[in-house]
Amino acid sequence: MIEEAPLYRAWVYLAETPLLWLTATLAAYVVADAISARLSRHPLANPVVIASALLIGLIAVTGTPYRTYFEGAQFVHFLLGPATVALGVPLWRNRANVAANLLPMCAALIAGSLTAIGSAVAIAYAFGAPAPIVASLATKSTTAPIAMAISETLGGIPALTAVLVVLTGILGSVLVTPLMNALGVTDFAARGFAAGTASHGIGTARAFQVSEEAGTFAGIAMGLNGALTATLFLLLPQLN
Amino acid sequence: MIQALTLLFACQLAGELVVRTMALAFPGPVLGMALMVAGLAWVGRTSPALDQVADGLLRNLSLLFVPAAVGVVQQAGLIAQNWLAISAALVVSTVATLLVTVFTFRATARLQARHRT
Repeated sequence: MIEEAPLYRAWVYLAETPLLWLTATLAAYVVADAISARLSRHPLANPVVIASALLIGLIAVTGTPYRTYFEGAQFVHFLLGPATVALGVPLWRNRANVAANLLPMCAALIAGSLTAIGSAVAIAYAFGAPAPIVASLATKSTTAPIAMAISETLGGIPALTAVLVVLTGILGSVLVTPLMNALGVTDFAARGFAAGTASHGIGTARAFQVSEEAGTFAGIAMGLNGALTATLFLLLPQLN
Repeated sequence: MIQALTLLFACQLAGELVVRTMALAFPGPVLGMALMVAGLAWVGRTSPALDQVADGLLRNLSLLFVPAAVGVVQQAGLIAQNWLAISAALVVSTVATLLVTVFTFRATARLQARHRT
């Protein structure tokens, strides 16, 4: 007991500072990224899945509330904003390719965005999910801040929507590569655009693992799908 | 590096400012991205430092989603209660969206190519 006391005191102190969970988040990602690289970026070895699984295990074992974890992890989470702005840089570098694909992008955006919303709502409804769950699923393919705001206006649960958005992102980023390979689609602009429309930022992160071209188009799709979905639901109350 | 980071933050801040003051249901960072593109188009070139910071962030974009992904545990109960409807909706809708998007993109691109020749 006397031996353990200093270590316990150190733990009590560290568990309260952001440093511990910030370091744990970075360390989990370093491990996850190394595993992903070792497996030649295999779609199933998704770094988001590996790192979050490690951390979920760690906070469960140590009995740490998510709120305490997030106090440290928020510094990483915060960088999502600047990273979204940074998507503008490859977009501008690939501007010739983007301009050449404006028409396919517009058509694919409208078709993909409506499919994402319509199919999720229809399936959840068909399976008899309660109304708040159906509403929470409607915007699952959109970037989290938009998805949560719309979910609230539809009578959904914003916190559940945030989780469904993450799960959709992970699902899309795992499925996109095998699906596109099976279909024989070799156009990385089209592949990336599909990844960004179906699975927002996490799909974009996967697309950047594959190529800059795919990542650029995924980033544009994420931004445009967010804008289109927000506009659609903004107009919706006026139709009723 | 600090200049490039400052530029990224400033674009986001400007985006958030516009969104808040106009009460738009639109994410500030996405507007910030548009401002970044507009700025680059105006100047006509990127800087090596901006390229380096942007590419560094985007190469590790997966890291930035980890804190949100750990939050999945918070809703585990609600998801477990509705697991069948939720998993069916997520899997089928994600696959359908990927397929519809990529087919529409390719079909439109082919149509466009035929018109040009």
